[in-house]
Amino acid sequence: MTTARPETPAADAGPAEHLHAALALGDDALVLAQRLGEWTGNAPTLEEDVALTNIGLDLLGQARHLLGLVGDEDELAFHRDEREFRNLQLVEQPNGDFAHTIARQLYFSCAQSLVHRELAASDSPLAGLAGKTVHEVAYHRDHAVQWTLRLGDGTEESRTRMQRALDALWRYTGELFDPVPGLPVDLPALRAPWLRDVTEVVERATLRLPSGPDRAAWAAGGGRDGVHTEAFGRLLAEMQHLPRSHPGARW
Amino acid sequence: MSTAPGRTGAGGTAPGGTTTEAELRRLAGAVPDPELPVLTLEDLGVLRAVRVLGPGRAEVDLTPTYTGCPAVESMAADVTGVLAAHGWQAEVRTVLSPAWSTDWISAEGRRKLREYGIAPPGPARPRSGPVPVELSVRCPRCGSPDTALLSRFSSTACKALRRCRACDEPFEHFKEV
Repeated sequence: MTTARPETPAADAGPAEHLHAALALGDDALVLAQRLGEWTGNAPTLEEDVALTNIGLDLLGQARHLLGLVGDEDELAFHRDEREFRNLQLVEQPNGDFAHTIARQLYFSCAQSLVHRELAASDSPLAGLAGKTVHEVAYHRDHAVQWTLRLGDGTEESRTRMQRALDALWRYTGELFDPVPGLPVDLPALRAPWLRDVTEVVERATLRLPSGPDRAAWAAGGGRDGVHTEAFGRLLAEMQHLPRSHPGARW
Repeated sequence: MSTAPGRTGAGGTAPGGTTTEAELRRLAGAVPDPELPVLTLEDLGVLRAVRVLGPGRAEVDLTPTYTGCPAVESMAADVTGVLAAHGWQAEVRTVLSPAWSTDWISAEGRRKLREYGIAPPGPARPRSGPVPVELSVRCPRCGSPDTALLSRFSSTACKALRRCRACDEPFEHFKEV
């Protein structure tokens, strides 16, 4: 079997700062792809099943490229323990009901759009990838926006659930804007445009922006330091158990 | 038709043979897309470059349509196979930058897509900003502009699912990126 090899060699000479950022963004993409994959066969409609898994596939492509820069992608995905993952706690949160998944997508893809646009314009070794993903992420964001509008401005039940989901995940949004070493993007400065973007969507959906703290005191900035929430262990167990139980297995 | 390494000047001192590279490009470019077999890699605009490295050895640059497109590995295997059948040992690299855009699909490719029942992409949208409202995507079957979006994602990440209000047929639309 032939596998296309990436243009950038995996082993850069010496420690490269951007690899730190590649690991953080790669883990975000990998973990969210895994979560979205859980909807396969379970989404409310066939079209939505396909949409969520296609978004997951885009994210998996990002993860493969980014983790491939850091080292062996399979080794990194399947053989690291929980504390070694650098993803945001937001992306590991359980799918919940459909509204929870959409709220998570809204918060994350609005932020990712801003981050990748700036990264694409930078001279980082990650700029090439970002130049490509920025167009894909625009579709992810649009998907989340359209669903937020439909659920918020829908039935009493859908409106209640969408509001509940926005409220429940709000505490994980502060971490989105904590600085990431090696990432040439001023993350704290992106919180204001993100907030404007999300507020506009939420208000158009006749919902209200959550008002509580945007990070939980017990876990401030935890994901980037390898501190994760309870649900993450179960996600890893499902994602990793096959390669760990059967080392070297192929199909 | 065969392109034996010795015959077209790949061996010897100066492989800089543009004829050979053009010939290899033609061979690699004629490989069909694994998911849209009506299109060749050349039509799709994913064949970035072909370089002769030495006698019987070449390097091919492919660029994926989408970052996570699973077809890239299969394209790479097909290109390697075709070139091997002509006596060339080729290695395929995937190149991300500059990013592929649907503007790279050739006019011939667009015509083939439409005939195949897939609405071809319009002009790619600006480099930044939100996804704009699509003015109109014409039904590839009856040509009516009166069509509606059913889902932004269809059988592959690169296509959206639409329905024609005039002839009632659902169809796929190659999304602009």
